Amino acid sequence: MKELFPPKQVLGFVFSIVLTVIALSVYFLDMSFELAMTILLITAFIQAAVQLVVFMHAGESKDKKSIYTTLYYGFFIALVTVFGTLLTLIWGYY
Amino acid sequence: MDFFARFAVPNPGPTIYASMVAIALTMVAIFVGLTYYKKWGYLWREWLTTVDHKRIGIMYLISALLMLFRGGVDAIMMRAQTAVPENTLLGAQEYNEIFTTHGVVMIIFMAMAFIMALMNFAVPLQIGARDVAFPRLNALSFWLYFFGAMLFNISFVIGGSPDSGWSSYFPLAGTEYSESVGTNYYMLALQISGLGTLITGINFITTILKMRAPGMTLMKMPMFTWSALITNLIIVFAFPVLTVALLMGTMDRLFATNFFTTSNGGMDMLWANLFWVWGHPEVYILILPAFGIYSEIISTFSRRNLYGYKSMVISMVAISVLSFLVWVHHFFTMGQGALVNSIFSITTMAIAVPTGIKIFNWLFTLRKGKIVFTTPMLYSLGFIPIFTIGGVTGVMLGMASADYQYHNTMFLVAHFHLVIIPGVVFAMIAGLFYWWPKMFGFMLNERLGKWSFWFIAISVCVTFFPMFISGLDGQARRMYTYSESTGFGIWNLISFIGAIGLAIGFALIVYNIYYSIRYSTREIPADPWDARSLEWATHSPVPEYNFAIVPEVDSTEAFWDYKKKGYKLFKGKYEPIHMPNNSGVPFLMGLVFFVWGFAFVFGMWIFAVIASIGIAACLAHRSFEKDHGRYISVEEIEKTEKDLGGAKE
Repeated sequence: MKELFPPKQVLGFVFSIVLTVIALSVYFLDMSFELAMTILLITAFIQAAVQLVVFMHAGESKDKKSIYTTLYYGFFIALVTVFGTLLTLIWGYY
Repeated sequence: MDFFARFAVPNPGPTIYASMVAIALTMVAIFVGLTYYKKWGYLWREWLTTVDHKRIGIMYLISALLMLFRGGVDAIMMRAQTAVPENTLLGAQEYNEIFTTHGVVMIIFMAMAFIMALMNFAVPLQIGARDVAFPRLNALSFWLYFFGAMLFNISFVIGGSPDSGWSSYFPLAGTEYSESVGTNYYMLALQISGLGTLITGINFITTILKMRAPGMTLMKMPMFTWSALITNLIIVFAFPVLTVALLMGTMDRLFATNFFTTSNGGMDMLWANLFWVWGHPEVYILILPAFGIYSEIISTFSRRNLYGYKSMVISMVAISVLSFLVWVHHFFTMGQGALVNSIFSITTMAIAVPTGIKIFNWLFTLRKGKIVFTTPMLYSLGFIPIFTIGGVTGVMLGMASADYQYHNTMFLVAHFHLVIIPGVVFAMIAGLFYWWPKMFGFMLNERLGKWSFWFIAISVCVTFFPMFISGLDGQARRMYTYSESTGFGIWNLISFIGAIGLAIGFALIVYNIYYSIRYSTREIPADPWDARSLEWATHSPVPEYNFAIVPEVDSTEAFWDYKKKGYKLFKGKYEPIHMPNNSGVPFLMGLVFFVWGFAFVFGMWIFAVIASIGIAACLAHRSFEKDHGRYISVEEIEKTEKDLGGAKE
């Protein structure tokens, strides 16, 4: 039974469906733009993390360390690029 | 005839007609030559379909040298035009096209190809692997790069060259101000060859992380391999930005979207921003492999192990992170406030710290070393002072407030040429001389090599030092002419003389290659430089499978230990070796991409659709193909090893 329904994957699947439902609720419920975007951003990032760890097996091989190092590195670069661009072209622009 | 009218060059001049004739003659010569000597089959079997990393490296090398010639001719024409005031050798439009293609060709198609050449050739050998992780993909990378380069190069005879600078800033590069197809060529050629680079990045990270010889931990890798790992990591994170920016630019030009326009909510400065988010890491993609090559060469010819191995690695990792934090320094004057400029000024200056650590490590490696002045070593030693001048002026440019004075002048041009030429070009030439015997089984002539070094090193200074002065006097870059009363004449004349010296230096290298092919002895040992890393442990030229027995490694300099300390490198006996099969699909796919790009440049949608189907067909073919590679038998290995001078041990 455990081979047919590995608990981690089954729970991960349920969780990702829950996340999808929450994200979808933004469309059906009446809420402000800021709140809607916050919900979408948060659920999107959790969703991505669930997919990586549970379904793409990020932490299950010998390369765990290099996989996570590159992931964090990529995450860092992406944040710097996005916020650096916002800073340069909008917030810090006169 | 209407259909063909679109291919006409908008501003034809004598230079364009001359190059049309030259291209036609070269094509005919190649075609006739191959047919006459019956080499078509050889070309197809041994080169066009190869997946061998060494041959792919050599093809990159040949392409890079060709592109160096193309970019060099552009450079000479620019210097000739500006040598005297009010010169009429070139028109304004021609000059714009020439400085644009000079920049793109030199960075994307020469320097990138050159580092790819040396990485492809040396990295698998240095880590004791038989090939890269994905040999077929590696061939695809090369053909994408090659056909991207060809697409870019035909622009000046079909439809007109791009003319808005190598950075191709919008709105100048938009349809409003660049009506010809030139900038379409820029967008699509860079897109295609950029894809190839991105694939190489993934390929080499996997190779280095997964295919090292037993015992070679990350901290026992040769320094060039380390630099290749970091470089490819930067490639994987930086190139997607270029891909997206080029896509947005292409959409703006072909489908009238408004990403970079000045109206309808577009933001022209976003292009400059995205371009440099890629562009600055790109600088480090070029310089880090060069640093790796210098580390190898300086340690080899000082007869000492590299000083500060760990700090070398840490400083490269630091550079790779910092390289993503400084891009705004390319446009300090675009209008953002003092806070933004201060932040990026500080990060820019921070990069000087890890770079300085590396310079000091090389100096400490030299200290108390038994220095041998070979050609590669001369280039490495020449690099240090000239690069330092380029670097120091870089720190000057990095001060945001002072940058308002230097920005867009010849001072900037002098700075980045004095960084890129000693940083990248010297390293590539040094690497070429250093690995040449491993590639081809004979050495390049040392006497001619040293002459070329002195010509190039002195001429670089003669060419670019005067630009510091004329730049501070206010000569803007990219001006096709100037009046006599500006007083720039004398400095530009000196520059032109230097440029001729550079041309002579490069011609000497070409002559050296010709001379050495004819006269150099083939009786050389496998390790002619008394070097320290694994690539010298196999035969020259290297057999297809690299190492008959996979070496086992126990230190950063396993081969040195093998020579001097009696360490046993090859344990075990011959076993059948599994190798990948050759394939023509990567070449065909590159060709289809070329057609695809060409169709997009001219908006010929029917051809674009057909080519897209062709690309998909190549991908599908690969997905359903069953190719398990082939085995080289023990007898065959024994025979090869015997022919190459007997098995080791």
